Amino acid sequence: MGKDFDLYRPSEEHDMLRESVRALAEAKIAPFAAAVDEEGRFPQEALDALVANDLHAVHVPEAYGGAGADALATVIVIEEVARVCGSSSLIPAVNKLGSLPVILSGSEELKAKYLGPLAKGDAMFSYALSEPDAGSDAAGMKTRAVRDGDFWILNGVKRWITNAGESEYYTVMAVTDPEKRSKGISAFVVEKSDEGVSFGAPEKKLGIKGSPTREVYFDNVRIPADRMIGAEGTGFATAMKTLDHTRVTIAAQAIGIAQGALDYAKGYVKERKQFGKPIADFQGVQFMLADMAMKLEAARQLTYAAAAKSERVDGDLTFFGAAAKCFASDVAMEVTIDAVQLLGGYGYTRDYPVERMMRDAKITQIYEGTNQVQRIVMARNLP
Amino acid sequence: MTLKIAVCVKYVPDATGDRGFADDLTTDREAVDGLLSELDEYAVEQALRISEESDDAEVTVVTVGPDDAKDALRKALSMGADKAVHVNDEDIHGSDVIATSAILAKALEKTGFDLVVCGMASTDGTMGVLPALLAERLNVPQVTLLSELSVEGELVKGRRDGDSATELLEAPLPAVVSVTDQSGEARYPSFKGIMAAKKKPVEELDLDDLDIDADEVGLAGSWTLVDAVAARPARTQGTIVTDEGDGGKQLAAFLATQKFI
Repeated sequence: MGKDFDLYRPSEEHDMLRESVRALAEAKIAPFAAAVDEEGRFPQEALDALVANDLHAVHVPEAYGGAGADALATVIVIEEVARVCGSSSLIPAVNKLGSLPVILSGSEELKAKYLGPLAKGDAMFSYALSEPDAGSDAAGMKTRAVRDGDFWILNGVKRWITNAGESEYYTVMAVTDPEKRSKGISAFVVEKSDEGVSFGAPEKKLGIKGSPTREVYFDNVRIPADRMIGAEGTGFATAMKTLDHTRVTIAAQAIGIAQGALDYAKGYVKERKQFGKPIADFQGVQFMLADMAMKLEAARQLTYAAAAKSERVDGDLTFFGAAAKCFASDVAMEVTIDAVQLLGGYGYTRDYPVERMMRDAKITQIYEGTNQVQRIVMARNLP
Repeated sequence: MTLKIAVCVKYVPDATGDRGFADDLTTDREAVDGLLSELDEYAVEQALRISEESDDAEVTVVTVGPDDAKDALRKALSMGADKAVHVNDEDIHGSDVIATSAILAKALEKTGFDLVVCGMASTDGTMGVLPALLAERLNVPQVTLLSELSVEGELVKGRRDGDSATELLEAPLPAVVSVTDQSGEARYPSFKGIMAAKKKPVEELDLDDLDIDADEVGLAGSWTLVDAVAARPARTQGTIVTDEGDGGKQLAAFLATQKFI
């Protein structure tokens, strides 16, 4: 036995990063989390704080001006922001989701052009795959891109686009050859300022209310052909490859939200007195906390293992990404519901943060593939 | 010429932990996690800002402390300091502020400096006299408790906010300054900073390296000796003044018995 056994634990640098992000999140993001939720407004304070400390898009490689953080470090940033504010954690998470297609499949020119402003904090990056009639069956999308000389002309509607309207850049999947179904889909970078791009009204949501979710409309949007990400017809493959990596970041969000709820409940049960003693002294309450912590830690271990696989691009990443996302989000739902239960009537009010965490947790079971779709993915990729 | 800025930092027990004393009545470092004294983060921040403003500057963080004090140096390096000096020797254990200032002064002379930046006090001992002791030992001017700090040419300038007046102060370099928690929020280590810190040099020095005899420092060489410690008594219930027309008088009488007025 020895303290220098380095398997199954993050490195010292990863622990320092957690410490740094936690301090920042508690000081600069947590104080606004309730208001951001209540008012359904974009967490500008969080964006400013993350940008000022170079934590808004840590995954961008150093070659393009980024911090060059590995997948586990990125998970830790998202996790610690989510611990205090689920809406704010979508800033680093969606910046990775939106830009990863460019990082994975884009030309050097595209990378240089779009990753620099993202790394500097001058622009955010969103991901536009889903449509009103193409959710789980994303390949059934209708958005069309038609070639016109050195340009492509896009028409269609994307729905459920996170940070739509706030982001400058969008990775947009569109059909370039309707005959070929998923192999006839290509990916493009579209800019907010491109003529013909507009946004729908913000969705009225159950949770993550601070993160705008809107439709994006493309009305004869004419973009240069070099905005295509990778080769024609590879867009769907890029989109799926992206999700293999970014499902791990949704798992990170889930464990962060759950940790926030568990931490709050842990403090509360020691303060709250009934029958002459803190409710933490009752075994029924202790068992609940033990279960919450056990499930959360299991989810965290799976998520970190998946993050390491994401960084190494291991062959079993698809299974691990889906498993981490599915398990962690189910755990986040259970843990946040139990946190509300532990706070009783107070937990049910908006004066305490756990009901917000419970509402925020729900989306992690739905987006980047519902947990039913995750099970399909896992079943097809059993280890 | 490189502007050499040295920042004195201290590794202290986490003030939010349950702090206590060891058997020899020195700080118990086993029971509570340690960290870079929060008030020293302001000093690191000011040094980094001056360094960023300057064409050619180098920030060295200096600490006197046990093995784990490297964590405080690591934090300062991850914030952006260029290198670190760690004075570590078993014989230093138990040094009071007088002895510590002697060690730090020798370390600073060895490292070289144009400007020494300190926090306003440590968050554990909270004496706040170290900057003055250092200046005396180094025989340089001291400009303490500054809420603003800048270096202009051969001068260090600063602003000290007092209760009744604000003083604008300056001194020729080399000098020792201390900065308050009003001087500007300390930055959070970024991922890049954390990764870079790993590769930055940390010079380890012991008492021999600094030509200090063991009996000049530590428990033996300290001017102050802790005889006993006692926990602060639990707060008792306050006195409630019931106002029956003479509430003001009662209140004044109470304050007078407590020697507040």
